[in-house]
Amino acid sequence: MTNHILNVENLRTRFQTPDGEVEAVNDVNFHIDPGETLGVVGESGSGKTQIFLAVMGLLAKNGKATGTVRYKDSDILNIPSRQLNKIRGVTMSMIFQDPMTSLNPFLKISKQMTEVLVEHRGMSEGDALKRAINMLDRVGIPGAAQRVHMYPHEFSGGMRQRVMIAMALLCDPEVLIADEPTTALDVTVQAQILDLLRDLKKDFNTAIVMITHDLGVVAGLCDRVMVMYGGRVIETGTVRDIFYDSHHPYTEGLLKSMPRIDTASEDSLFAIPGQPPNLQNLPQGCAYQERCDYVMDRCRAARPPLIGFDTGRASACFREDGQ
Amino acid sequence: MNAIGKKKAVPILSVRDLKVHFTLSGTGLFGKERKLKAVDGINFDLFPGETLGIVGESGCGKSTLGRAILQLIPPTDGQVIWLGRDIVGAPHSAMQPLRRDLQIIFQDPLASLNPRMTIGEIIAEPLVTHKADLGKEEIKARVKRMMARVGLLPQMINRYPHEFSGGQCQRIGIARAMILEPKLIICDEPVSALDVSIQAQIVNLLQELQREFDLSLIFISHDLSIVRHICHRILVLYLGNVMELADRDSIYAAPKHPYTKALISAVPIPDPEIERNKERIVLTGDLPSPTNPPSGCVFRTRCPFAKDVCATDIPTVDTINDHHQVACHFHERM
Repeated sequence: MTNHILNVENLRTRFQTPDGEVEAVNDVNFHIDPGETLGVVGESGSGKTQIFLAVMGLLAKNGKATGTVRYKDSDILNIPSRQLNKIRGVTMSMIFQDPMTSLNPFLKISKQMTEVLVEHRGMSEGDALKRAINMLDRVGIPGAAQRVHMYPHEFSGGMRQRVMIAMALLCDPEVLIADEPTTALDVTVQAQILDLLRDLKKDFNTAIVMITHDLGVVAGLCDRVMVMYGGRVIETGTVRDIFYDSHHPYTEGLLKSMPRIDTASEDSLFAIPGQPPNLQNLPQGCAYQERCDYVMDRCRAARPPLIGFDTGRASACFREDGQ
Repeated sequence: MNAIGKKKAVPILSVRDLKVHFTLSGTGLFGKERKLKAVDGINFDLFPGETLGIVGESGCGKSTLGRAILQLIPPTDGQVIWLGRDIVGAPHSAMQPLRRDLQIIFQDPLASLNPRMTIGEIIAEPLVTHKADLGKEEIKARVKRMMARVGLLPQMINRYPHEFSGGQCQRIGIARAMILEPKLIICDEPVSALDVSIQAQIVNLLQELQREFDLSLIFISHDLSIVRHICHRILVLYLGNVMELADRDSIYAAPKHPYTKALISAVPIPDPEIERNKERIVLTGDLPSPTNPPSGCVFRTRCPFAKDVCATDIPTVDTINDHHQVACHFHERM
């Protein structure tokens, strides 16, 4: 009935730790369509990465996810890894901030790239190698035919990130989840990687999830945005909604506190006071209350629900209902 | 504060033709030794109360330059003139009293704090080293005052670094650097590891301390948006060489070096309309290996405007006006 390629409902993740249970993700709902880019924004500990580790079945051993994660027509949350492996890394891939943690330092790139093709596509070693070289070429690695036989440490940071993207793209995924893929890179290399993602979207209609804390990256790449705070979605909308008509005080604060390269200012930067919340010890009521300029008594008593108020628009703040 | 006005003042620090070359052993048993020119002939002045930004991609030599100024890495050649005196090669005994005025804060706030010391001990350590005559009570009082000044609760004095968040650890690092009331702090990527909302807090703190104590800052960063906000002048490095050195307003309004232009145009702007419609200069490829830099202009292999002369002649650092220097054969056409 819909053409959502990924549809997540009521997703929660909980971790058992020596200090008690931690709820990293709470009641998260979203969907993504083919060719669409969803930006997921938030500070460290906001739960933005955990959502997608849960989706990919990659939560740490002490973590448990509940809810539904529908990929096309089937629920893939908590299914056995044998079944999940038919999807993950094949039609749904994830790339990470640090390529070295995803590449095996002992294996040549050729081995790491052809394995998945031989395994999932039943290709011959020779054909798989050709495709691997082809893909490295596509992501802009010069001399791909020679470099495919190198080890990960022989590549620079930007090149390694490209190798990881090439690996993620080998089986033409329909969904690409990118977790801070450019945070560790220089701006010039970041610009190249972002161009590459834009091409993917254009050429293959790939659905992309961009997890980042950089609002500049979101502004340039994303169609819709989901803002996370304290393990919950606190605002969602189109990229224009979020940047030009934000409703949640946290979104407003984030936008104001970004120093911008296109404006000069002698004044001090706007800073959100205080620290991001500790998930183990969330206050009663709104998680943002301690840092919010507009805090009211009712924010301390109850948590504002995420309320939709326009097509695809929602915000979790009591300011919304007529003050 | 205006850096042009400062030009008439006497510089607090002058760096002259500074070079840091590392020798790498060759590959194999009889491999030839190779030279890595991390910093290769850099000149600049720093004035009292001024913030100089040092920007460039990873591997451009910006951190090495910072450490060479403090003599934490011995320079191969050149001068570092601190308050009128060349400190390159100065013996340890001569450097020790100068270190009171020369401090540094680091990128990874937690890694730069000793996990076995309380934060009170960490912040007090420079006092214990340099002002041994102070009594215990006086040291404690000063530490508490400084903690309050940088936004830490003084009653946390007996806690350990792991009990603090990244932003708070950076405040501890700043308190440790500030406790001796230095004249210069070298800030090596002080906010890169922090969340956006915390970055702004730390940047504002550094600016307040600068005004209050008339501090000079060298701000090493790859984030050109923050540099635009905090720095009075900016030095752009590429493979250990100066590409451009100019006042903040001239460099952002009218960059003269193709590398500076490319760097500025690559920074994403948090505004969808502007970001999607802006003109960009896309650099191809990666930074060349510093052990085998290109001939002539080191930037030529990635420069969209490179001509034949760029491969043969090293461009000189030309002075365009009082507050703008650039090293490019074609800067007049930029």
